[in-house]
Parts: sequence; structure tokens; C-alpha cells
Amino acid sequence: MLKKTPATTTSRQAVLDRLTGKQVIGPGLPTIEHDRMVHFDDPVEKFIEVLSTVGGQAHLVDDAQQIAQILSDIPVYANAKRVVSLVPEAIPGSLDVATIDDPHALASVDWTIAKGEFAVAENGAIWVEGATMPHRVLLFIAQYLAIVVSRSDLVHNLHEGYARIGTPKSPFGVFVSGPSKTADIEQSLVLGAHGCRTLQVFLTP
Amino acid sequence: MSVALFIPCYLDQFYPDVAIATLELLERLGVDVVYPDGQTCCGQPMANTGCTADCAPVARRFVELFSPYDSIVCPSGSCTAMVRHHYDEYFADDDPKFNHVKSRTFELCEFLHDELQIKELDVQFPHKVSIHQSCHGLRELRLGSCSENMTVREDKVRNVLNLVHGIQWCSPTRTDECCGFGGTFAVNEADVSAAMGRDRVADHVASGSSVLASADMSCLMHLQGIIRRESAPIEVMHVAQILAGRNPKHVGNA
Amino acid sequence: MKSLPIVDHPTKARPFVADTERFHWHDQALWFVRSKRDKQAGSVPEWEHLRSLASQIKTETIANLGDYLVEFERNATALGATVHWAADAAEHNEIVLKILRDHETLRIVKSKSMLTEECGLNHFLEDNGIEVVDTDLGERIVQLRKETPSHIVLPAIHIRKEEVGDTFHEHLGTDEGASDPQYLTEAARQHLRDKFLAGEVGITGVNFAIAETGGLVVCTNEGNADLGVSLPRVHIACMGIEKLVPRFQDLSVFIRLLARSATGQPITTYTSHFHGPRDPNSELHIVLVDNGRSRLRNSNEFREALHCIRCGACMNTCPVYRRSGGHSYSATVPGPIGSVLSPTRDSSRYKSLPYACSLCGSCSDVCPVKIPLHHQLLAWRKELVGENLLPYSKRISMKAASILFRSPRLFSMAGWMGRKSLKILPHWATHNRLNTWTIARELPEPPRESFRHWYAENRKR
Repeated sequence: MLKKTPATTTSRQAVLDRLTGKQVIGPGLPTIEHDRMVHFDDPVEKFIEVLSTVGGQAHLVDDAQQIAQILSDIPVYANAKRVVSLVPEAIPGSLDVATIDDPHALASVDWTIAKGEFAVAENGAIWVEGATMPHRVLLFIAQYLAIVVSRSDLVHNLHEGYARIGTPKSPFGVFVSGPSKTADIEQSLVLGAHGCRTLQVFLTP
Repeated sequence: MSVALFIPCYLDQFYPDVAIATLELLERLGVDVVYPDGQTCCGQPMANTGCTADCAPVARRFVELFSPYDSIVCPSGSCTAMVRHHYDEYFADDDPKFNHVKSRTFELCEFLHDELQIKELDVQFPHKVSIHQSCHGLRELRLGSCSENMTVREDKVRNVLNLVHGIQWCSPTRTDECCGFGGTFAVNEADVSAAMGRDRVADHVASGSSVLASADMSCLMHLQGIIRRESAPIEVMHVAQILAGRNPKHVGNA
Repeated sequence: MKSLPIVDHPTKARPFVADTERFHWHDQALWFVRSKRDKQAGSVPEWEHLRSLASQIKTETIANLGDYLVEFERNATALGATVHWAADAAEHNEIVLKILRDHETLRIVKSKSMLTEECGLNHFLEDNGIEVVDTDLGERIVQLRKETPSHIVLPAIHIRKEEVGDTFHEHLGTDEGASDPQYLTEAARQHLRDKFLAGEVGITGVNFAIAETGGLVVCTNEGNADLGVSLPRVHIACMGIEKLVPRFQDLSVFIRLLARSATGQPITTYTSHFHGPRDPNSELHIVLVDNGRSRLRNSNEFREALHCIRCGACMNTCPVYRRSGGHSYSATVPGPIGSVLSPTRDSSRYKSLPYACSLCGSCSDVCPVKIPLHHQLLAWRKELVGENLLPYSKRISMKAASILFRSPRLFSMAGWMGRKSLKILPHWATHNRLNTWTIARELPEPPRESFRHWYAENRKR
């Protein structure tokens, strides 16, 4: 570890002086009223529908056994050598990450099974807390990703989602919606740009 | 109610039949309509170029001339928008003449739809028609819904035309894309402007339409210029001409 | 400082629009994105309400930007981040370089950031011996081709897949002539994996920063920002000072609008929230950049341009942008918002941009934060006339028009002459290169008489 670079604040006051030199009256902050925002009759169904439009696959499951069954039917899972499970109570992993210090060592991970805190019906996103992962890169470096989240933890829209997070409690948290993708070559959608090539979401009771 | 006809400068000089059709239509609907002497232009070319000092006297002249009338009706969305939305900087907020003119100047279809609330017209137009929504009519006057805005609005131009019997509607794939006229834009950015116009014409032709109708003759002047240059199988008509019972020049096979 | 050449948009647009096949392809690609956006916006019943909320939140933020920045700095610092302040692009680049030098860095991986484009960071770092790898696929393509992005969200939208194939063949060793996007993307994935693993510092842009929590949000579809900053110990996040939102809950409004407006997705694949460094052995550096923004905040006319969340929707909808291409604007941010922003940096250089617009107003209606873009472009024209930057010929013709329109007699006479000359002059005399109108269009067929003449004959009581 080399020395930590201190903050450069030479221009701080000059910038602030310019910004406060001219008074501008703002309109105040609006209240974001949740009851004005979209709600769905069946949020689970909506979530599944939206997730599929963004390239992910949702599975309604009753127990861990069913997750194992569905995964084992996926060839790239059956053949996977290195599976990291952050939900060992549901799915056992084949690689123990507790002993790994350097995230670079995770470059060859085939699958990550992550834990989702809640899911958002309107956009098919799942909130994953950084604190649930020993290395946050696990979510991005694995070739394939599965997230386990309870369907009782489903919110209708993003406003409810942020309300649920409240105040961020750890240095990292991410909404994941579908597998990594790009359309940078002639607007042709390609799944698996840099991150996971597919995303399986298991909706447990 | 005394209604003043406000005829845009280029209409007066190059498309008198659109003005005559507007007049005849209003007369037939029993409106007490006059064409005030001495009118010229609303000043939009100067304002859109940024030359507001050159626009100011023209705007003041306009308000002076039209303020004695109860309503002012104009067969052009663009010129109406100029008066309603872009005159404020030339007048005091509490100028009574200006406020009267600002609130009482209407685009023709809007006047028929909202003020006269006409419900029927004894006119036939058995032809294939597509509408070119003018940008200023749509996004400044809000004469209808536009594709990028999610607020639902009544389509006043179409509603009025729907009173005409026999129209067969055709729809271009891009329902409200700009034609590329844009006043001085047509000359400043001649290449892009012409490309935009050609794309619009092609879209309307592909829709099967034989009459490209609009409430703004300025868009049509540009599109007509392209249609004639390219010998495209379509012709332009101002909405007023259709409402007044004019026939297409090259009678399309409906 | 050497002044840069004047950007003449019509001249720069000409070769692009002259290639009919190519500009139609470009137009269609962007129209496709806009159509997806319309579908997404239409699926949110409260879309217009969200736009109003976003506009109000931004108006409030920019009004009290100084206070919110101080609040942000305090909270970010408390989380262990290091907050730097840069007055301009040069200072921003120096700050980044100093951090890299302090960590003896030779290789960095970067995710998309229009701010670092604006500051010219890549070239600056390369000139200082640092390997810079843009990891967004589109940015990597333009970087390998030594071009600049032509769009702020779709950097390589102007490049065809065959051209990407050629570039990748040359630089990444893909098969000659291969142009399948799936194949090319896979090749880039393999190539960039190695770069990610070798990156010593990760640099990202910032989509939103939250005053209340001191955190940042970075949105990507590829996951490149996350891969880039989750491996190395140092993350540098570069942001314009306007990127703030006051409250954590405000994010809900903007995240709902951003991806829907940008690419027509309900949300980006990854919406990552960073609050302080990863762990006690890691560093998070946040560089706050002014570079003209405080001056823009103080302009009553153009302040709202600071509301921009860089979604690119105004570009996708702009009929001029789609037919002239992003490079015709010669600026980091092209299209309608670029034509408002660029002249605030150099009004003389960018004086043609406010006129590269037909005033159709679609940009103002599509903008998720309700920037009145076409009214601002109109306001710029007025400003340019005030600064004496309108060409003399145009100024004089507007003066003449003003005189003409003040006198009905003169106006009628001019109209009569116009109609007469159209009637008697041969076609070649009125339709030649000197008349810009007639290069692509016919003039109207002159009528027999004007309406006012007809009215005097037929209706005068």
C-alpha cells in the first residue's frame, strides 16, 4: 500500500464563492407521493414479465431442492467447476471464498449464487447488498449469475424500493436487472458483455 | 363577434387560395369576418433568427392593428404560436391590448374546434389523405398529442377534418416528425432541411396517401417544393382548402 | 491560448447527409431507440408527473448547489472518501494524474464518463505514460479507431458493424471480414477481461451523487464500471458539480427516468451505489469539477441546461442530429443539449449550433428533466445577435425584412415583384446555386394576385 493521496482543495473556495455569489431562489423539494405511482394487481407476475424482457429468467420455487433441480438442468451449471454460493442454506458452493483475500483470484469463477434483499416489479431489478458478499466483484466477474430472493420481498415500484433501503448501511449496493448486455454494435442486443452471460432469479416463498 | 383574419405574409403573396378558402369557410359558418387592412407579418423570421430588435416594431404594429377585434383567426399554427408564445418580451405584462391579442388569437382548426365547436360540415372529400402535423401547432399550440409526450390531447386538426365526408385516412410511420422547413433553417441548413423534407414526403407517399394535408402552409411550401422537384405522386393541400370544399388539382383515384 | 477553428455545422453535416444510404441507416438506428423510449415512457402512467418532480428537484439543487456540495463533501468524507475540487479541466486532469502517480500506476481501466471526455483526460494521461483502457464496448471501439464518441450514450452509433469488424481484426485479431455483433462482443469480452484484471486503478464517471448520504450512483448495462472498480484498490470517480441530488429518495425519480429515456430500458442492468471506499485498505477519490458550470448556474437564461442527466434522448429525437451525425457538432456533447452547452464555453466558435435546429420542439418534450431546449436555442440566437456574431448578410436581411413588414405598401410591392419575376424569369434564373432554397426544391408557382388584392376586389364593402 502506497501513500493515500490527500484531497486537493485549492479551488474549493473559488468554486463555492462563484456558486454562492449569486442568489437563486429554489422552489423547495417536492414530496414524492408513493400513492401517485404505479402499482400492479399481481407484482410477482409483473416482475417475471419485465425480467424476461431484459433477458433474465425468473423461477417460482417452493424450496431449496427445487432450486438445485432447476440449476442442474442448466448445462453450464451442471458442468461448472467453480460455484460460489452466498446462499449456502439454499445451494452449496464448490469454492470457499472466505479464505480469498485478493478479488483477482476470483477471475475463474463460473457461477455466483447471490442473495437479493428485495425485487422491484416495475423494472425487474433486484437489490443486492454489498455486505452479503465477501467480494463485490463476485456479482460481476462470474460467467453466470443466480440471485435468490423471496417473493414476499417484492415492491411495486422504485420509490418503494428506495424507501425500503432507507439509508444505505454498507459501502456498496446494486440494483441488478437482467444479465450484462450491450447494444453498442449497430444497436444489436448482445447478452454477456463483461459481466454475467445469463441471470437466473429464484423467487422463494 | 367580430373576427379578424390574420393571413401570414407568404400566404397572402404566394398562396392566396388558402386565405380565400379560410375566408369562405368562416363566412359559410356565419362568422362576421374581416381582413384588416395593412397587415403584413407577425415577425417570426426575425425573432427566430434572434433579431428581436428588428421584430419588436413589427410585433407592436401587429397588436395595434388586431386589438380592436374580438378574435383573430389565422390559418397557420406557426404564426399563431409566434403571437401567443413569443410576443411577451415586446410588451409590458399588463398591456391590455397585447393581453387581449395574445389570448384571442387562434389557429383556424383550434378556432373551429374550441370556439365555434362545429359539429358538421356539408363537404365531400373522397380522397386518400395523410396529415402532416406541424411542429408549432403540435408542440407550441398543443393542437394534438405528440408521440414523445405522454399527455393525451384531442387531435383538433383531425377532429375537424373528420367532419368532412369521404376522407380515407392514411398514416405515415412517423406521425409527427418535423418536415425540416423551420423558417430560415431551410436556407441555413439547406442540406439537412432538404433531407428531412424528402424523408417526410417518402413516408407520406409510402402510406398510400394522395393528399398531404396540413394546417401550416409553410411546411407545405417546403414539402411541395420537394414533391415538384422529385415528381413525387402526392400533392399538398391546406386543411382550410379541404374544409372549404376544394378538390385536389391532380384528382387522385380514391 | 490558440483559438480553435469556428465550427460550421452545415458544412460539417454536408458529407454525412450526402451519403443517403448511411444517414438513413443512422437515422433508423436512433429512431429505433426513440421508439423503445416512447414505449417505456408510455408504460409509466405517471411519466409526466415524474418529469415535473425531476425538474423541480434539479431546479432546487442548482439554486442551492453550493450548500448541497458542502453537504455532499462532508458526508462523503465521513464515509472515508477523499473529495477533490477542480476549477477546470486542466486541474481535474492534474488531480487524477497525481492520484495515479502517488500509487505508481501505469494502467487504468475506465468506464464511460462524458466528463473525462470533456476534460480530455485520456490523451492527457497517455501523454504522461499511462495506459488508458476504455471498457465500455462503444467507447473501446472509438478509442481503438482513434475517434471520439458521436453520442453520449451510444458512443459508436455512427460506426457500422463491418467497420467494427475491421477494427477488431486489426487490434484484437478477430477473423477478417467477421462482422457478427455477437462474435465481436465476445472478442471484446475476452480482450477486456485481461485489461480488467491488469487495471491498477479504476476510473468511472458518476450518474448521480447524493448530498444527504455522500454516496454516488453509477449506471451501466455492461457491468464494466463495476468490474473496473471492484478489482483494484483505488476508485477515482469524476463528476461535474451538477450531478448532485439532495436526498437518497430522489434517486427513485431519476433512476426511473434515466434508462427509459436513454435506451428504452426500464432500468440499466447495473445501478451501483457507492458509499465510501470498499474497505479500510481501499480508496475512493471523488473529483468535483466545475469547468464552466458555476458560470452557467449564474446565467438566468441558460441555468436549466445544468439539469441535464445525460440520457441522450434529445439526440435520439432530434431530426437534425439523426441526419447530420454527432461529429458535425464538434463537441463532447452533441445534439440539442450540446448546442445549448457548447456556446456557453465559446460563443464565437459554436455560433452555428443554435441555428442547427428547425425549432421543432421535440427535444423539449422528450427531455426527462424538462429543459426547455428549443427555447434555449432560440434564446442563444438572440444572445449571438447581441454579441454581434450573426453574419452581416443575415443581419442586414433581417433589418430589411423589418422595414418591409412595417410598411404594407412596400410589402405589397415586394410581393408583386416576387410573383412577377417568378412568372417572367426563366427557370434557370430563379433556380440556381445562388438560391439555396432551390438546390433541392422548386419555388412556389406564382399566383395571379395576392390575397389582399383579391379581397379588395371581391369583399370591400
